[in-house]
Amino acid sequence: MTGLLDNLLSGLALGSVYALVALGFVVIFKASGVLNFAHGSLLLLGGYLIAVLHDDLGFAGALALAVVVTAAVAGALDRFLLQRGEPDPHAAHVQTIVTIGLDIVLVTDLSRRIGGDLLSLGDPWGDSVHDLGPVTVADSRLAAIVVSAVVIGAVFALFRYTAWGLSLRAAAEDLEAASLMGVRLVRVRTLAWCLAGALAALAAVFLVAFPAPGLERTTGQIALKAFPAAILGGMTSPGGALAGSVLIGLTEAFVVGYQTELHVLGEGFGDVAPYAVMVLVLLVRPTGLFGARGAARV
Amino acid sequence: MSEPTARTRALHWGRRVLPLLLLCVLPFYLDAFWLRIGLFSLAAAIGAVGLGLLTGTAGQLSLGHAFFLAVGAYGYVWLAGEPGPGLPPVLALVLAVLLAGAAGGLFSPVAGRVRGIYLGVATLALVFLGHHVLLTADSVTGGFNGRSVPPLPGFTDSDPQLVLLGVPFGAAERLWYLGLALFALTWFTACGLLRGRPGRALTALRDSETAASVMGVHVARYRSTAFVVSSMYAGLAGVLLALAFRRVVPDYFALALSVDYLAMIVIGGLGSVAGATAGAVFVTALPLLMTRYADQLPLVAAPGAADGVVGPTEAARYLYGAAIVLVLLYTPDGLRGLTRRLRTRRRLERPPATATSSREPTPAVRPKEHTP
Repeated sequence: MTGLLDNLLSGLALGSVYALVALGFVVIFKASGVLNFAHGSLLLLGGYLIAVLHDDLGFAGALALAVVVTAAVAGALDRFLLQRGEPDPHAAHVQTIVTIGLDIVLVTDLSRRIGGDLLSLGDPWGDSVHDLGPVTVADSRLAAIVVSAVVIGAVFALFRYTAWGLSLRAAAEDLEAASLMGVRLVRVRTLAWCLAGALAALAAVFLVAFPAPGLERTTGQIALKAFPAAILGGMTSPGGALAGSVLIGLTEAFVVGYQTELHVLGEGFGDVAPYAVMVLVLLVRPTGLFGARGAARV
Repeated sequence: MSEPTARTRALHWGRRVLPLLLLCVLPFYLDAFWLRIGLFSLAAAIGAVGLGLLTGTAGQLSLGHAFFLAVGAYGYVWLAGEPGPGLPPVLALVLAVLLAGAAGGLFSPVAGRVRGIYLGVATLALVFLGHHVLLTADSVTGGFNGRSVPPLPGFTDSDPQLVLLGVPFGAAERLWYLGLALFALTWFTACGLLRGRPGRALTALRDSETAASVMGVHVARYRSTAFVVSSMYAGLAGVLLALAFRRVVPDYFALALSVDYLAMIVIGGLGSVAGATAGAVFVTALPLLMTRYADQLPLVAAPGAADGVVGPTEAARYLYGAAIVLVLLYTPDGLRGLTRRLRTRRRLERPPATATSSREPTPAVRPKEHTP
């Protein structure tokens, strides 16, 4: 029983971190139609900045600066490299591949700087734990769940109640009509990228916090697991991304937790379980659980 | 259009045969290092042509190419080696290619229905799941340390001893000819596919799915077929790579390899066989050359130097990451588009009388004939 609760909690913590990353994918996809393959390197950039700065600025200051800088870098990448000329929905595929190129450059540079080291982010939770009834939980996991819930709630409120959120939803619905209604597509899109960058930097904190060993050069690859989460939910739906992330987090935690029973699948199956779940879902619903079934107009 | 004269016909064949002849005499002049680079490039080109068919022509983003390369490579090793059935290597080669095709076919329920970016991420799953299987299925794949590759008979250093025109023919020289033959096969089959009915159908599918299906193109079937054919090319490339490396390890067939192949076709220019080949040579040869000449390049440290400096492999990755971005931003048709643009500019500078050649590209759509 305690094993079940334990797995449930760690699954939720993992899922909430994936949700931060997956939400970034969805925001970018809604605003620009691009699947951002450079998201992992943005996450790595955020984590690296915190690791380098936290000695001088303290953890909170380093986190704030890293979030701002990562957001600015994401916005700048979009504004100066991807958005060139008129907004063109057909360019999205090309831009998706451009983000792969950007990812190669960024990851190469960051992993050259990090080298073989394990960097600590200096987060205040350390390795302390809490007793919650029958189970013991790491503080970092509780913090991950709470902070993610607050931030995700705030992002949903942004979508729902602000002018920017309305513009974003309008642009995602119909680019041309939104533009005719006076939506500044360029600004909406750049802000979406900034938001995604900020979310990625925040996610980095919880991805490398205890019980993970610390920031290493492969940390960015963990962000790739948020791909299945975003795709599962349907790339156009923030709520779907949330559901997909929790599903992926729980799957991973349970597969790891019951590894001895699942020995047939081989050691380390937890790392690839998210992808298996995604393929199964796509077989049944090719546009994800909550994705828009785009009707083709001629 | 004028009738092809004897001169243009000779030119037409000269352009095809001359490069092949040139490639055939290379082993007499180059040493093993260059031949190995050439062999890796040829293998990569075969795989890139396959991915080009899928992504460039059919417009389906695939990041799963590394998986099909792995199926080809490991399929050959298992079929021809011990433990395994121990089949004759040539038969194993053919079966490995078919096996890669079958793996693509198994994925077709997803490949036929899921499209665009969703397919890209779905194929990502193949790479991760495949890597996991390679690590865990010890009895077939040899686990983390991989397996050594049984050589094709006749393609080894000494059996039989071979000296042609005073040049000793070792494994590198012989494999070069094998790679060349397989590449020629790839080139002609792919060109044929692209020019014929399937190529037209796939292009139509890429440009508008609705329009293509109205014209009678079976959407799901063509999508799956493109996936299967592309996997078979990948399998062939995998076998050739395995023969060149002499050992297969799981970590080679990771996501980075898929991204490499995507980079090849993007840099070369989507939808063209020649472009895919050029891109494959660029992406494959660049890191090898930079490693070899690291000490003579500015800003690049020798391999194995301390952390934090720019080594040759890193410099190569910077360069080709930047190449992807720059090519896509400035010449969306890749190297192929660049050469075509230069050619038309040169043609425009010449007087128009010589510019009309018999090799005008045939229009994609024939002018409509009037029917009563």
